[in-house]
Amino acid sequence: MSHPNDKSQHKWPEGVFHRVPYWAYTDEDLYRRELDRMFYSNHWCYVGLEAEIPEPGNFKRTNIGERSVIMVRDDSGDVNVVENVCAHRGVAFCRAQHGTAKDFVCPYHQWSYDLKGNLQGVPFLRGVKQDGKVNGGMPKDFKKDQHNLNRLKVAVRNGVVFASFDHDVEPFEDFLGPDVLAYFDRVFDGRKLTILGYSRQRIPGNWKLMQENIKDPYHPGLLHTWFITFGLWRADQRSQMVMDDHGRHACMISRRNDGGASDVTKGVSSFKENMTLNDPSFLDVKEEAWWNGPTAVMMTLFPSVIIQQQVNSLSTRHIQPVDRDNFDFVWTHFGFEDDDEAMTQRRLRQSNLFGPAGFVSADDGEVIEFSQQGFYQRPEHSTVVAMGGHDIANTDHMVTETLIRGMYRYWQKIMEDE
Amino acid sequence: MDFATYHELQRFYSAYAECVDHGDLDDWPEFFLDQCVYRVQARENFDRGFPLAVLSLESKGMLKDRVYGVKETLFHDPYYQRHIVSAPLVHGTSGDLIVSEANYVVVRTKPGKPSEVYNAGRYLDRIQQTPDGLRFAQRICVYDSELIPNSMVYPI
Repeated sequence: MSHPNDKSQHKWPEGVFHRVPYWAYTDEDLYRRELDRMFYSNHWCYVGLEAEIPEPGNFKRTNIGERSVIMVRDDSGDVNVVENVCAHRGVAFCRAQHGTAKDFVCPYHQWSYDLKGNLQGVPFLRGVKQDGKVNGGMPKDFKKDQHNLNRLKVAVRNGVVFASFDHDVEPFEDFLGPDVLAYFDRVFDGRKLTILGYSRQRIPGNWKLMQENIKDPYHPGLLHTWFITFGLWRADQRSQMVMDDHGRHACMISRRNDGGASDVTKGVSSFKENMTLNDPSFLDVKEEAWWNGPTAVMMTLFPSVIIQQQVNSLSTRHIQPVDRDNFDFVWTHFGFEDDDEAMTQRRLRQSNLFGPAGFVSADDGEVIEFSQQGFYQRPEHSTVVAMGGHDIANTDHMVTETLIRGMYRYWQKIMEDE
Repeated sequence: MDFATYHELQRFYSAYAECVDHGDLDDWPEFFLDQCVYRVQARENFDRGFPLAVLSLESKGMLKDRVYGVKETLFHDPYYQRHIVSAPLVHGTSGDLIVSEANYVVVRTKPGKPSEVYNAGRYLDRIQQTPDGLRFAQRICVYDSELIPNSMVYPI
């Protein structure tokens, strides 16, 4: 199949997945192909949480890749996702980020659509009568049902909404695969969610770097003082790295320890042995029954979202590419409807560790920015992702970059498929 | 409010900006009472009643921990910040408490780069008159800026 975005001349070195060429992050044609093959076809992309649109008519505007879409609950209670492009003249008609609507009306010529995206009204459809004759109107062969909003395929699982422009995409459960699905259902088991709020940041780096960041268990105990010092994430913990069969999705699973000095803190400058908190309520952790062991499970669902459980802090982190060098990173923090006030406050307090100002997240965005800058200097050079060897397999430790290798094996296959 | 108190309030706002822009960050918690609220919150969350804030600190101890976090644990591109703060609008007083707000713009400058508007919003303040001078019982920075340009390290 020839493809409009197949202009890139770059070729991935055969069978080598422990080196990622810098051009994978900087080539414009490859970026366009990623959008087409990953965000716009063959994959389910994150849209939002049902709790964001609890009532009929509630909508949220968001993005899949660079495309603007609207998630809306219709009168029958179903969740629809439609493209924010009027069928008439292409106007991105929905401007509000959220709201409640009875229908969607394009401001330009007032074409209106119901909440499933069906075209309802076209002003002057049959023309305008004047002096005994009818002026204008749409031609006889104009069929309203051929001019609906572009409807995406929608999957709702336990309160989480995914959509795909590709109506032939495999079922959502197959897309995740059984191992990853089990960890998805661990967080989203059908309990009603409550929205705690949003954080939005624009990170000046290629979108894949954020997927890599959460497929990289090697860095948290090094870059993030809080993780190593307080034992939230470090190399001497019991952990597991789990992928789906394709290597595209992953879970980093760990159980915290008490922190303090050990073999893994020797020579690590970010470890602060004498660091104590003036106010320990940042780390007032309370174990929840549903954890079922792990204190942290970080899931990367390729290509569009990260699902975070770090102790009591929960969020979805939505990756929205802006161009090859930038992506918007939208965090939706949530809790459960049966949380008591103390648990809600605990989740909020721990959220100080995460997000654009977070003690352990602010610097992830920073290193991603610096990576992107480095890539442009030598496009033919490549990164080294050889920690733990060259193979691609699940592990029972975190001293590995296997998940990143798995993602690029999948990426190369999808990108170089004819 | 008499002129002397308003003048003291104005001076307090200016001293805060001076501290977070180029003072010693260790002095920043001293603008607050021991029991205090400091938040940097997206306007979207504030307006919709969502409690999440990018920073949500509830005691002077937490502010001190933030200072340590900034100075010793967060890795980031160096930058200057410059606050431009409007004259405070006083909503009222009750006993020793002043309820006021002010608009702010923060300009960020990275080494070798032009300056850029970094964060724009307003302070929603509750300020206590104490024998040692004014202190924040609450400073909530509600920012309009829909996207934080990568990260936020220093206090607003």
